[in-house]
Amino acid sequence: MIQVEGLTKYYGRHAAIGNLTFSIERGQVVGFLGLNGAGKSTTLKVLGCVLLPTSGRVSIEGCDVVRDPHEIRKRIGYLPEQPPLYEEMTVGEYLTFVAQLRGVGAKETPAHVADAEEKTALRDVHGEVIAGLSHGFRQRVGVAQALVHKPALLVLDEPTAGLDPVQIVEMRSMIQRLRGSHTVLVSSHILSEISQTCDHLLIIQEGEIVARGTEQELERRLGGGSRVEVEVAGPAAKAVAAIRTVPGAGGVDIESEQDGVARLRVELASEQRPALARALVGAGVDLLRMDRAEGRLESIFLKLARETREPSKEAA
Amino acid sequence: MSAALLIARRELGSYLRTWSGYLVVAGCLALNALMFHAFAMGSGSKRSAEVISDFFYYSSGMTMTAAILLSMRLLAEERQSGTLALLYSSPLRDHEIVLGKYLSGMAFLAIYILSTVYLPLMVIVNGKISVGHLAAGYLGLMLIGSAAMAIGTFGSALTKSQVVAAVTSAVLLVTMLVAWLLAHVTERPLSTIFPAMALHGMHFSPFQKGVIHVRDIVYYGLVTYVALFASTRVLEARRWK
Repeated sequence: MIQVEGLTKYYGRHAAIGNLTFSIERGQVVGFLGLNGAGKSTTLKVLGCVLLPTSGRVSIEGCDVVRDPHEIRKRIGYLPEQPPLYEEMTVGEYLTFVAQLRGVGAKETPAHVADAEEKTALRDVHGEVIAGLSHGFRQRVGVAQALVHKPALLVLDEPTAGLDPVQIVEMRSMIQRLRGSHTVLVSSHILSEISQTCDHLLIIQEGEIVARGTEQELERRLGGGSRVEVEVAGPAAKAVAAIRTVPGAGGVDIESEQDGVARLRVELASEQRPALARALVGAGVDLLRMDRAEGRLESIFLKLARETREPSKEAA
Repeated sequence: MSAALLIARRELGSYLRTWSGYLVVAGCLALNALMFHAFAMGSGSKRSAEVISDFFYYSSGMTMTAAILLSMRLLAEERQSGTLALLYSSPLRDHEIVLGKYLSGMAFLAIYILSTVYLPLMVIVNGKISVGHLAAGYLGLMLIGSAAMAIGTFGSALTKSQVVAAVTSAVLLVTMLVAWLLAHVTERPLSTIFPAMALHGMHFSPFQKGVIHVRDIVYYGLVTYVALFASTRVLEARRWK
């Protein structure tokens, strides 16, 4: 559905994205993950036909972003980081305007608007002026404008930015509901959001894709490494000695040791956690708690970030 | 409905719902009325045709001022509020965006221009004016307003600050207004070209006196076209930045 080959975008002399290549299949919900300034928004702006690439080729359903931008714009719905809202309009007026702007006929427009409002739970504020809406509702109006013309591809740039926890959960389930009827590309730097919403990941770092695949694939590819937090009663040294006997256990950091309780962080493949528990108990260490130090995706992301930074350190 | 008309209708709705447009129109109408009484009517006796001619002279200045103030928001506000991304990502040509914006500004400017009609009507009550003179004068106001609105649209396309847009447009407009001054310090053919390029002077005077020349209509049409074309190019260039 989306083919990106060698995409490069320069702002003046600064390369925001360099030689980006990836593809996305129809019907997928893809997470575009990267730190701030990694080049996510620039890539999405090119896909949304807001910016043109410096070089490279981007095609959506066979249409080229430079040669046929008009055709592409009919097939995409784009939500920028800041929702593009005309605040003096009501939600209904705004969605009607956007639908007609994107070529929906006058007769079909009310049905399209009603459908978009239904999908984004905006029915109750149809007649409300946008300026008077909360941030969460405004973000939903932003998503509604992106899907009001029923595009094949939805490009959502940081759709949960600035939302409170309840609104984030609502937005997540809204995006999940879009699965099947649209191909969705969601960017975020919030790992848990991507982890829970998307079935395929693209990780971008300093303008380049450094990893792609499902969360499981990435975990396998990167050695399944995750960090486990362990809390034991007794001396840390005894626990460390027991941990060293576990096959695959990496570095052990003693986080704290006070009042007879030691907290340790262990580099360990996730499937080795039962072995770790057995080793500790077998060595006579009282195991109080064992937990993932960070989510799977977080550990993958941190590992990638460290990997990409290492060469630059060496170069320095 | 075409995309340009859709944009124009939305923008006009925005003018009518927010206070800024009304404020500009009210301020310009008040100043126009002041100048009408202070200068066009004057203290001495004047023929009705002379009063109307002076009315159009002063009204042209206020029309250009109103056009610059009304146009400063057209594209600058879209960039400032991030809504330009909505237009850029919709299946529109850049010239449709510019045209829609310009048309909305012209529609609101037309409301302002037509609101001044009570002043010449006061002259009709006490004197004698030909309808042709009035029609020619108002056509002139619409044309000079159109040129100023297009220049304002261009200024608004250059920046996301409305203030900077207004200042840029005003500088461009004043440069075009005083182009005839260069005729005094240059030799032929430049001394004949500069007055012909000036926005007011030789092109507006005939309308003021009730005379319509095709060359003047073409001139204002050309200035409008060039300014709108330049605005379109600015929008296109932004996609490459």
